[in-house]
Amino acid sequence: MAPRLMQGSDAVADAAILAGCRFFTGYPMLPFTELLENMAKKLPAAGGVCINAESEMEAINMALGAAATGARAATGSCGQGISLMQEGIAELALNELPLVVFNMARGQQDYFQSTRGGGWGDYRTITLAPKDIPEAVAHTQELFHLADLYRTPVILYGDYVIAHTSVGIEVEAMEFGPLEPKDWALDGTMSGTGRARQIWTWNRGKPNTPGVGPDRAWNTIADKYAHIEATEQRFETYRAEDAETLIVSFGTTSVFVDRVVDDLRAEGLSVGSFRPITLWPFPAVGLAEATRGKRHVLTYELNAGQMIDDVRMYAHDRSVIRAIGGVSQDESGMRQGDLLNADEVRQRVRRAVGEPVAAGQ
Amino acid sequence: MSPAPSTPGRAHLTRGTVVLDAERCKGCGLCIPACRPGVLSMSSTTNAAGFNLPELREGCTGCMACAEICPDFALEVWKFEVPVAASATEKED
Amino acid sequence: MTTVDITTAPERAAHRVAEFKPNLLQSSEHDLCPGCGHPVAWRLVLDSLVELELERRTILIAGHGCYTQMMRISDIDSLQCLHGRAPAVATGVKRMKPDAAVLTLQGDGDMVSEGLHEVLHAAARGEKVTALLFNNGVFGDTGGHMTATTVIGQRTKTSLEGREAGEHGYPIDVAKLLAQIEGAAYVARGAVNTPGMIARTKRMIRRALELQMAGAGFTFVEVLTMCPTGWFVPTLDGPEYLEDSMMETFGIGELKAPD
Repeated sequence: MAPRLMQGSDAVADAAILAGCRFFTGYPMLPFTELLENMAKKLPAAGGVCINAESEMEAINMALGAAATGARAATGSCGQGISLMQEGIAELALNELPLVVFNMARGQQDYFQSTRGGGWGDYRTITLAPKDIPEAVAHTQELFHLADLYRTPVILYGDYVIAHTSVGIEVEAMEFGPLEPKDWALDGTMSGTGRARQIWTWNRGKPNTPGVGPDRAWNTIADKYAHIEATEQRFETYRAEDAETLIVSFGTTSVFVDRVVDDLRAEGLSVGSFRPITLWPFPAVGLAEATRGKRHVLTYELNAGQMIDDVRMYAHDRSVIRAIGGVSQDESGMRQGDLLNADEVRQRVRRAVGEPVAAGQ
Repeated sequence: MSPAPSTPGRAHLTRGTVVLDAERCKGCGLCIPACRPGVLSMSSTTNAAGFNLPELREGCTGCMACAEICPDFALEVWKFEVPVAASATEKED
Repeated sequence: MTTVDITTAPERAAHRVAEFKPNLLQSSEHDLCPGCGHPVAWRLVLDSLVELELERRTILIAGHGCYTQMMRISDIDSLQCLHGRAPAVATGVKRMKPDAAVLTLQGDGDMVSEGLHEVLHAAARGEKVTALLFNNGVFGDTGGHMTATTVIGQRTKTSLEGREAGEHGYPIDVAKLLAQIEGAAYVARGAVNTPGMIARTKRMIRRALELQMAGAGFTFVEVLTMCPTGWFVPTLDGPEYLEDSMMETFGIGELKAPD
């Protein structure tokens, strides 16, 4: 099969189906809507079910139900819609149920939401932020694997650029390692055997098969996330090792940042970039190393400063950190605005490192 | 609610009986008005938890109403192969 | 007055006609109040599942309330879900396991207060699940607070002088709402305060399960249950109080059934 021109939402839908997703649900909300449309079109033919939910709360809970039966399931939304799903995402985590959540975000306003969560209890979500459609396609498939491997909800941080732009791409199935059988899944067949299964965040169990209780259960889950934090950090650097100035950005913004790194290097400026790929677990080790000895650490994100909190936590020297991005939406409020622009990035970097900014630069 | 009065001077047939799991009983008393022939009543006997227990007179029909309304699954119902006449000592309530 | 020994099985030739507990109950130990109607209703469900030979393919989704204990002691593949969300969770379960008998168990606070949205939409979609509502007109588990089905005049900790329409609004008859929805195949309301009501309610539950397995659509059985603790009435008065208060507002019977 040759590469063909595909919209990002289309390619991601194909990737999800290739990964074995057989239940999808969502509530229309731009720029997530096209993913729902594509799944509605394609999933039934693949033997799956796609439901247009009546609310995001219903979507997350329907998806939780599907996941509880052992099916590979997914949902998605963005912004306020993901806000409505917080309770459900936490519930999935504390039930140790796998689910992929596609946050096709409105710009970069959902970093906090996708890393801090707003649900209850001690939980995290593995959150991957692809920089372009090919990476989104790979991340999508990997997230279904990670969700099952670790028995946790996981998030793909996409955005309008990924959802709505098109590239020439061939979506191919990826292979991951073997997984444990889902011996916790509910299908009704253990009912009446004396050893019926139970999924309950409180983990009380049944008289014949007592559970460990909430304290043990939630401690075990916390330990699991501590393990993930230690082992699943991912990042990418570009021309960073000998750079004086490091620009930190995530998602599609980093494509623009890397282009600017090349422009400024050509002018003789010593700049490089750092891109967290896992927003959680944030690549703390990588960032500490990459910021060592840097004169300037500049964060470029399209919000009032969210990822910068993590940069401040882990950078080698906090005092050299500056935010040079900002809230940036277009007129509709749903797409990235004027700051997603190489000229803008270039000017702000130059200003930040004390270089004069002439017209046309 | 008091048990239904029996008809004086009429011999009762006892068709069934119950077994009470005394330690399960919470003395709620729902079985008493539910009993169709009205042969259950509250006694002053208590179980280890301090709940009063029901007691059964002759005349049970084995209708199972008590077991079905018991929230604590404390009653088991039996039916005799041959109904038994009321004991000679029972004259009237 | 001769009392009969009821501490042990009879000596005379006899056969047992009613077991202590249904087969699907792993244990009869629960912490519910004396006189609680929930276990009475739950027995009907368990007996129906066995009679219809569904016990080896039942999945239960239970909400949050005193009745959650029923899930804990039942030998059924179960999931305890977020308050109000059971019909949505059941949707995902049934769509992935269409051959399973999928039940939801909620109280009035869970379904009619928190989860009104979920149950109406599940019914509209005609999801082939059986939604059970154990309605005692009060949030029992949290200590006796007003729900969307608390009847006018009922005293609770949030309606201390009794629910008054002007201040607290009116109770919602969710069965009536569901009966108007096309996707709902069977909508019925029973009670467990008397043997007669218990028998009638059992038939409703059986019918709902049969219709689910026949693929008829969304099935719903509401059961009015006693909560003397939540109602501030003596335990023994529970059945009569249910009749005088809840049954006055919520009529018993099949509100919608196939021809």
